[in-house]
Amino acid sequence: MIASLSLILVCQLIGEVIVRGFALPMPGPVVGLMLLLLLLLARDRFAQLARGPLQGGGVETASRGLLANLSLLFIPAGVGVVQKLDLLAEHGIAIIAVLAVSVVVTLLATVATFVVASRFMARGKDLS
Amino acid sequence: MNENPFSLWVYLEQSPLLWLTVTMVVYASVDAVSQATSRHPLANPVAHSMWIIGAFLLVTRTSYTTYFAGAQFVHFLLGPATVALAVPLYENRKLVVAAILPMLAALAVGSITAVVSVVVLAEAAGLPRGVVLALAPKSVTAGVAMGISEQLGADPSLTAVSVMLTGIMGAIIVTPLMIRAGVTDFRASGFAAGLAAHGIGTARAFQVDAVAGVFSGIAMSLNALVTSLLVPLAVTLLVR
Repeated sequence: MIASLSLILVCQLIGEVIVRGFALPMPGPVVGLMLLLLLLLARDRFAQLARGPLQGGGVETASRGLLANLSLLFIPAGVGVVQKLDLLAEHGIAIIAVLAVSVVVTLLATVATFVVASRFMARGKDLS
Repeated sequence: MNENPFSLWVYLEQSPLLWLTVTMVVYASVDAVSQATSRHPLANPVAHSMWIIGAFLLVTRTSYTTYFAGAQFVHFLLGPATVALAVPLYENRKLVVAAILPMLAALAVGSITAVVSVVVLAEAAGLPRGVVLALAPKSVTAGVAMGISEQLGADPSLTAVSVMLTGIMGAIIVTPLMIRAGVTDFRASGFAAGLAAHGIGTARAFQVDAVAGVFSGIAMSLNALVTSLLVPLAVTLLVR
């Protein structure tokens, strides 16, 4: 458990160092994600890497635990927003209506494109 | 017992323990309700925890700074949770690699729709220019959206509010919308949730299905990259 969380933190730390060091325009944890992914892929190829948190599903269990409670992690930032709701005062209803319609339109456009494109690909495979 | 309950309150109010505990207890209760209702969309744990804690702070006249001193321990875990996305991504890598083309197509259409729809609608509703600019990056994760908003000279706090509202509305509406539209492909609905409603959409997607969560996380990350390029362009073309 502790070893698995440490591995995740180490990946994030190296990610932050790389991002700051090379002034990359992306968040450190995203680079950390790629590092952990590379480690997991490398483990399948090189058996000697499969030790500590990288064996017996250690880091997998810790990660699933974090992601199962992803909602909790947004609450501190979300509470900050509750306190700033007065920013909406003058145009509140118009802003909420605009955002609501936009999110529905975006969800539908995205999902429709995905479904159509994957059907198109499946048909292409059948033909060839 | 302390003779003066007020001095006890003053002590507790200033320590991280109280506000960390409040955050965890409120979330645990709201999440139990969410589970008891089989993850009903309206029982969204982020939305309900937000207003309950917000109201609690208001009643006790606690500043956000004081609250955050405790809640920051939870907030901090957002970074490790992002790294942890590597695990479901690794476990579903074959599924992800096989879906690269549909993902790229959906990313292109979705990110353009997210920005153009909000700018056009906000203009049509007669909102002032400053508000239109602040709303434009609302579909990406708060940190990135606030950076974009700052670049445009808009108010980053208003952007943060619109990001959070978008995330919550998206997370609540995605399941009923997909059922009504007859979408059964968790890859597609997850991707849409992450693209339109960033991390809060991804948290919802993980509640529903692991594959939906993976595709949602990918969509969220890709959209953050694309939107930071797209918004300045859309604003030049569309805003009066």
